[in-house]
Amino acid sequence: MSTKRRVVVTGIGVVSALGTGFATHAEGLQEGRVGIAPITRFDPERLMVKIGAEAKQFEGADHFTKSELSLLDRISQMALIAAREAIEQSGITFDEALGLRTATILGSAMGGLHTQDENYFAVYHEMKNRVHPFIVPRLMGNAPVSQISMAHGLMGPAYVVSTACSSSNHAIGQAFHLVRSGAMDAAVTGGTESVLCFGGMKAWEGLRVMSKEACRPFSKSRNGMVLGEGSAILVLEELEHAKLRGADILGEISGFGMTADAGDIVQPSLEGASRAIEIALVDGGIDPSEIGYINAHGTATAMNDRVEAAAIRKVLGDHANAIMVSSTKSMHGHAIGAAGSLEASATLMALREGVVPPTMGFEEEDPDIGLDVVPNAARDVQIDTALSNSFAFGGLNAVLAMRRWNGR
Amino acid sequence: MRDDVREGVARIIAEQAMIDPSEIKPETTPDELGLDSLALVEVVFGIEETFDVSVPYNANDPSESEFDLSNFDAIVKAVEGLIAQKGDA
Repeated sequence: MSTKRRVVVTGIGVVSALGTGFATHAEGLQEGRVGIAPITRFDPERLMVKIGAEAKQFEGADHFTKSELSLLDRISQMALIAAREAIEQSGITFDEALGLRTATILGSAMGGLHTQDENYFAVYHEMKNRVHPFIVPRLMGNAPVSQISMAHGLMGPAYVVSTACSSSNHAIGQAFHLVRSGAMDAAVTGGTESVLCFGGMKAWEGLRVMSKEACRPFSKSRNGMVLGEGSAILVLEELEHAKLRGADILGEISGFGMTADAGDIVQPSLEGASRAIEIALVDGGIDPSEIGYINAHGTATAMNDRVEAAAIRKVLGDHANAIMVSSTKSMHGHAIGAAGSLEASATLMALREGVVPPTMGFEEEDPDIGLDVVPNAARDVQIDTALSNSFAFGGLNAVLAMRRWNGR
Repeated sequence: MRDDVREGVARIIAEQAMIDPSEIKPETTPDELGLDSLALVEVVFGIEETFDVSVPYNANDPSESEFDLSNFDAIVKAVEGLIAQKGDA
């Protein structure tokens, strides 16, 4: 008999290249809609890579007043809208007592990059001698978390986790730990990011790992990642707390594993990645044979996809041949610090609705991969247990284990 | 001009490999100098900045790139090609 508290998800809100709202995001994933397109939100003329997964539907001015916007970078705007949706869907009421026992933890790798980009341009290029007085509270990395905590009266632990591409999974994992341990009763968690501005794209171009055409994870023809942007926010609750108020339970977070490669600053490691997967399984009391689906990190770089496939095979053994592994980055792009949150939403959708999202843009089998990557079309299959992988630059790995909620 | 390119490329590679430019021979490969993928990206960047050219290089699959990085001589020829293209444009 386990006395461990269980942690469930009762609300999800999303802003992504597939649209605004969890339902739109989920629909896009099921239809295999690719949100990657030529960049239009700024002039990409001097870029070598001119495509991205922009959240084209999302305009801050549609949601906030001009004076509110002066304090909100695009990452705060997206996070606030996603948080409001998640909290509304959850039906949870944050009175003072619950507000004191609710954590707010988000992942974001780059902070308010748009604000930095625009204002460096103003002072270095336009030679302006002053910037708007609120630039600091707009660009600071913790701004989105503070804005959410203020908007909803969340007074428990609140902070941003910054671990590059793993930021969101680390954030959700931390929130999961706080609720499971009994330190908190609820958490608002996820991630937010947008590097889709001129300076952000220029920095990524420098690494020479981006595709100029498309994101084709696990395909032999893959030639790099495509940047995206967005935010997904989850409401986590202790199971009994959710049941008591009759909440609609969307899924369960059951395990979390995190490791560091202690190896290379950009190259992934089989050892570090597979250890994180293994720890997530052990932490969740999950036998490898129970896994039905893995939402892969799947960046579509030559190296990541090969190492990730090997890591999955190392932990699951022959069972790796029986599961589905897909990369939804092929649709919503690589949202860096928000990636894990968009992918946790995709995984929860798959568990709840019995639809496994595809790997789009897939052209050709790669013998180095050899997994069922659900190529180019979603699949109707009921799965009970799934993983969502994030492996970051800097060798930081974070894996979430989730289960379908079956009423008990 | 030709020698300038050769010397310039040798200097860029030598800096990454932490050796003297004179140690680089025409047939020397990046592997022999212990240049990993990060160092190669830096070499490409150095070439672009020094010669004001744009090098078609994708770190995902260096062998598929249109830019020949197989050995020192090949790199010099490729850079000369890029400079000539720039002159034509």
